[in-house]
Amino acid sequence: MAALPSPLSICRGILKELRAIHGASYRRCLAYNYVMDQFRKNKVTGARYCRAQQDAHHASYSYLCLLQSTRNHQVLHSLYHGKGERCPEEVAGLVGLRLPTQPGGKGWEK
Amino acid sequence: MFRTLAKLHSHFGNAFYLRKVCPIYRRCRFASKYSTTTTERKRFYQDVSISQGEGGMFEVNLDQRKLKTPGGKLFTVPNEAMAIAVATEWDAQRDTLKFYTMHLTTLCNTALDNPTQRNKDQMINAALKFLETDTVCYRVEEPLALVELQKNEWDPVLHWIENRYDVTIGSSYNILGPEIPDATKDTFRQHLNSYNFWSLTGLEYVITQLKSIVLSLGVIDRHLSVQEAVLLSRLEEEYQIRRWGSVEWAHDYDMYELRARTAAGALFVHLSSESSTVKRKLLQD
Repeated sequence: MAALPSPLSICRGILKELRAIHGASYRRCLAYNYVMDQFRKNKVTGARYCRAQQDAHHASYSYLCLLQSTRNHQVLHSLYHGKGERCPEEVAGLVGLRLPTQPGGKGWEK
Repeated sequence: MFRTLAKLHSHFGNAFYLRKVCPIYRRCRFASKYSTTTTERKRFYQDVSISQGEGGMFEVNLDQRKLKTPGGKLFTVPNEAMAIAVATEWDAQRDTLKFYTMHLTTLCNTALDNPTQRNKDQMINAALKFLETDTVCYRVEEPLALVELQKNEWDPVLHWIENRYDVTIGSSYNILGPEIPDATKDTFRQHLNSYNFWSLTGLEYVITQLKSIVLSLGVIDRHLSVQEAVLLSRLEEEYQIRRWGSVEWAHDYDMYELRARTAAGALFVHLSSESSTVKRKLLQD
């Protein structure tokens, strides 16, 4: 198993996602306080917290993955799907083709 | 004469029709509440907050209204972390509610309403079915590069789970798959039985997403990260992408959706089974 990124970078990633969700006032949202709180609490280095710390590390990475993937998925969804049927020009453009704009294209001569 | 007969017939016919259809009709109405993925509602609230209700359960409030499940129950979750994660999902909606992006909410709704009315045994059986057709057990014989890739990537996970649970699973080049011994199934049945209903809902969700018990337990037991498990689950697709190129609106779209769903399921299992640890930590502070 590859090592997870450091807790600091995960924390930063989560905050970045929260900022994308809430905008500039993201520090006032519920999740911000909770996430910061958890990262501070689990900083303890005593052996007693070892398991809980690994747990929290893995869970926070999963949460980061959830936030990132949901955002990316939604971006792709709004870009390519969920807009109903495309017009012929768009469909052709999707695979790198263009429709003939003027009569005189292929098959017109007949 | 004929017209009146036809009228009469249509009248009674309708009555019969309605009565006969009624139970289905009711079920459809219930189902229509669940089919919210296709319709998008406007965002009808400003603030999202959480509160602790009776029995220490947490609730989510949209403005002054309490969130309810599609089945009409009060939406309650066992701990603060889950409530905050769900509240964040509701807060992330912009103009319209996109239910297909709210995976944790969906999972909570499923656990609360239990729309298919299943008990734990049925869920465990459904999950164990995936062991017989586990993704990592099916190997190809050609092309050679893919054979190598599957061997290098899947074998370590398979060895890990065989050591971790002391079972034999094995892999197969045959279309019938490997012969899974009964002892292995019993071990996993016992293990799955140790999860509570909520965790099991999440775990089954992860298993159905990754199409693999081995990879799902790898994620839940923190041996694999979500990204790694999704990569291993889509190994053949990744191989084809490397060879033929990636198509953003199909490959990336699928990958992100699978990652989001798997992460939501894994987090759901974590949050609904580890609540005792969280409590202990709060006390010691």
